[in-house]
Parts: sequence; C-alpha cells; structure tokens
Amino acid sequence: MKNLLILGAGTAGTMMLNKLHKELDKEEWKITIVDQYKTHYYQPGFLFIPFGIYNKQDVTKPKYDFFPPGVDVIFSQIDRIAGEENKVYLENGEVLNYDFLIAATGTQTRPSETEGLKDKLWYKDIFDFYTIEGALALHKKFKDWEGGNLVMCIPELPYKCPVAPIEFVCLAEAYFAERGMKDKVNISYVTLMSGAFTKPVASKMLGDLLEEKNIKVIPDFYLSHVDNENKKIVSYDEQEIPFDILTIVPVNMGSDMVKRSGLGDDMNYIKTNKYTLQSDQFENIFVIGDAANIPTSKAGSVAHFAGEILMENILAAMEGRALPAKFDGHANCYIETGHGKGALIDFNYETEPLPGTFPLPGIGPFGLLKNTKMNHYGKILFRWIYWHILLKGKELPIEADMSMAGKKRI
Amino acid sequence: MAEKTIAGKQINVTDDGYLEDMSQWNEDVAKEIAKEIGIELTDKHFEVLNYLREKSAAGEALSIRSVGKSGVVDIKGLYKLFPKGPLKFSSKIAGIPKPTSCV
Repeated sequence: MKNLLILGAGTAGTMMLNKLHKELDKEEWKITIVDQYKTHYYQPGFLFIPFGIYNKQDVTKPKYDFFPPGVDVIFSQIDRIAGEENKVYLENGEVLNYDFLIAATGTQTRPSETEGLKDKLWYKDIFDFYTIEGALALHKKFKDWEGGNLVMCIPELPYKCPVAPIEFVCLAEAYFAERGMKDKVNISYVTLMSGAFTKPVASKMLGDLLEEKNIKVIPDFYLSHVDNENKKIVSYDEQEIPFDILTIVPVNMGSDMVKRSGLGDDMNYIKTNKYTLQSDQFENIFVIGDAANIPTSKAGSVAHFAGEILMENILAAMEGRALPAKFDGHANCYIETGHGKGALIDFNYETEPLPGTFPLPGIGPFGLLKNTKMNHYGKILFRWIYWHILLKGKELPIEADMSMAGKKRI
Repeated sequence: MAEKTIAGKQINVTDDGYLEDMSQWNEDVAKEIAKEIGIELTDKHFEVLNYLREKSAAGEALSIRSVGKSGVVDIKGLYKLFPKGPLKFSSKIAGIPKPTSCV
C-alpha cells in the first residue's frame, strides 16, 4: 500500500481529497487527511455576516460531511514536514509516512504582526471580517452604531480574497443608506496599493465605482501602527487617519508548520513552482491553495482551477511520467457591489482583468468588469455551488485555463 | 518600451521608466533617475540600492516588509530615503523591475 497524505482540510485540501479519492485505486493507495479543526466554514460568506445577510449557520458545516468513506481522518495540529524522510510529525506525537504529499495548509490572519492592533479596541472598535469571530463581533457593533468614520484598511500583501475589502465598503455603503444613515457615515478605503486594485484596468473601474458611492480611496498608505488612545491609524510616513470603526485585513501569513519544515518564504508560504504546483524542494510534495507562494490571488477560485492542474500532474508523478500540465494563474472573482448588484473579474498570471462577457463570449450571462444584477445572482448561487459541487470535487463547466474569448483588450 | 538617454547612455526603459535590463545600470544612471524623482543619493541610499539589486538578481520578490527585515534599513528609514514610494522609487533607481503585487 502506498500513502497519499493531504495536510489541511479547508477548501483546497477537501477538494483534492474528493477528486483523488475518485481517481486512485483503493487497493493501491491509502489516503489520509489531517486538520486541526472539525468545522468547515464557507469563508466567502463571512463578508455578509456583519450586514445580517448571512448568519453563523449559513456558513458552517462539519468537515466530516465532505470526507468520502474509506479515508483516514486525523484531527491534530501538524508539527512539521520532514521532506528528506518522507514523514510528517504531528503535534499529538504520531508520525505519518507518505509517498506523495499535498500541502493545503492555507493562510491565516496575524493581527499581532501590527503594533496596537490586538489591543484594547480589538473587537470593540476594531474588527476583521476574515474570521467567524470578527464577522460576528462586527455584526453586533453595526446593529446600534450611530455613525462616524468607518475606515477599511489593507496593511499588507498578499491577503486572502483581494476583492473582499472592496465588497465590504460597497455593502457597508448600501447597509447604512438603507438605514437612512448616509449622512452620518463616512467610509474610506485605505490601502498600501496605489489604487483600489493592483491591476490597472480593474483598479480604474473599481476606483470609479467607489468614487460614485462617495467612498474615499486613500492609496499608498503603509500602516505602521494603531493609536488606541486617539483612535487613529498611523503610516510609516506619518500620515494619520482617525476612525470610529476600523475594519482591517490583518497581515496574512502561512502556517508556522511551513516555517518549522523549512519549506517557506519569509511569509511562511511554501516555495512552489507556479506552473507545475510542485514544491521547489521535494518532487513528491505538491502545494495547492493559499499555502503556495505562487503569484496569484489567495482565493478559492484559484484553488479550484489549480486543482485540475494538480490532479493531472500528481497522477503523472505517481506513475513516474513527466508533469504534463501548466497552471496559468487563473482567478475568477464575483465582486458584490451593494444594492443587489455585482461585478465579475477573470484573469491569470499574464492577463489582467478585462471587460467582456463570461463564460460565453458575447452572451454571458455574466458581465466582466460591469456592475450588473446578474453578477450578484452569480455570487448568491455560489454558496450552493461551493457546498455541493466545489468541495465534493465535481466538475464545473468552466475551463481551468483562462480563456480570452469574450474579453476585450483595452 | 522606449529608449532613453540617461547619464549619456542609451538605455531601454518601460513605459513608466523602469530599466528593461538591470545590467545597463551604473551609479551615474542611478543618480540621474533619482534626480528626476527629486532625491539626492547618499551612501546609505546606495547601500539599499545594492541590496535590492542583489535580491532582484537572485530572483527574489521584494516587498517593503522584506526590505524592512533585511537589516540594511528599517521601514521608517526606507521611507526617509525614498519618500512617497519606498519600493517603487528605490526599484526604479536601482534599475530593477517595477515591484509587482500579486493580487
């Protein structure tokens, strides 16, 4: 019996588990998956919790619901991967041997990396919406908030779901407008980037959208610390922005297990070949999802597209063949823009998000870089797709490689 | 892509003025690019520029954070040396590609 070991049962790990469980000969391969938590969160749904659109039940299911029969499941923290020995040491003392390993240990928020963030205002006036706790605390805060300066701050790259902060300020604008508080709430979007988004065409479109909604974009702000006494955020070049509520994307880093294993960069992301998804150091280690240091978005859609490439490559590697597939960095993000509308972007390593229609050229039904009702329905439908298709490793009618069909170069 | 005369040398630059080929760089080129931005280069500047060139040549992606942890200069110091664009301006002056943020 040979061993396939999957570390991490989040979006990427669970998806790979289901795909490979279907594909591999059960007489030949034993599959084991390890995770420290028993609950699976639909993370794209966290964004909607502060506004009461989703509640905790809407985004929570037991991980066991998504594990196929016959798979070994271990709930434990991971100490380290010993690549030279083909072994994984767990915190609970167990040692696991592997022939092939898939690392899907994701990325985590690290509020302690920023001075003054996890201090006396944390979850009183300062919130993240990247954890269930943060999203719920913010929901409670918004219920009886009387208004003031709402500041959304992005202090470091990369971070999970690059469009979420844009969606957050759009949904906040709509939420307070519906409550008749438009004149009482000033929303600003503070980012270390030079615009609303990194890629120029999308940055312009999204920047204009925020401006239309009276959301102030403050670019090139690199956060030094949070001043809890005066309720201000302060940048390294001494700009100061006062807040009444600060919502922040805490610094994101990969798992400390990666550091202990000596496989990562300085942010604990595993050094990965961006085309083959193989670890730079060990041929029998593949990396998927946010855990990899590949230069694309940290998002479930990327893990989904990368998953198809990884399947082809790991099956080839198991049979001793050359790796046939190349990942192109494909990402596809619905952007909720408030008032029942949404936008959509589709891009990869080489091609920035462009306007057009998706997935069918000229037809859609979704509009790329356009603010439409149909895109919003896409986002709402996606939760069902996530639980029932994506995690279970079933096919979606969208190609893994990004297509230029339906896109306009500008 | 365009050709530009910098410090008496024909140099290939991108549309936003970053060197296409880091080997066309020398200290005079750096000084002239810095002057256009409004920065007078000191020894400390060159210490940072050389560090950036070394890392870039080794294929490492640079971030303000990683430079701040390098031991060459801290983030506050980097902002003092290259105000308004600590990584964008320093990369331009160092003759290395424009920093990309991979979102």
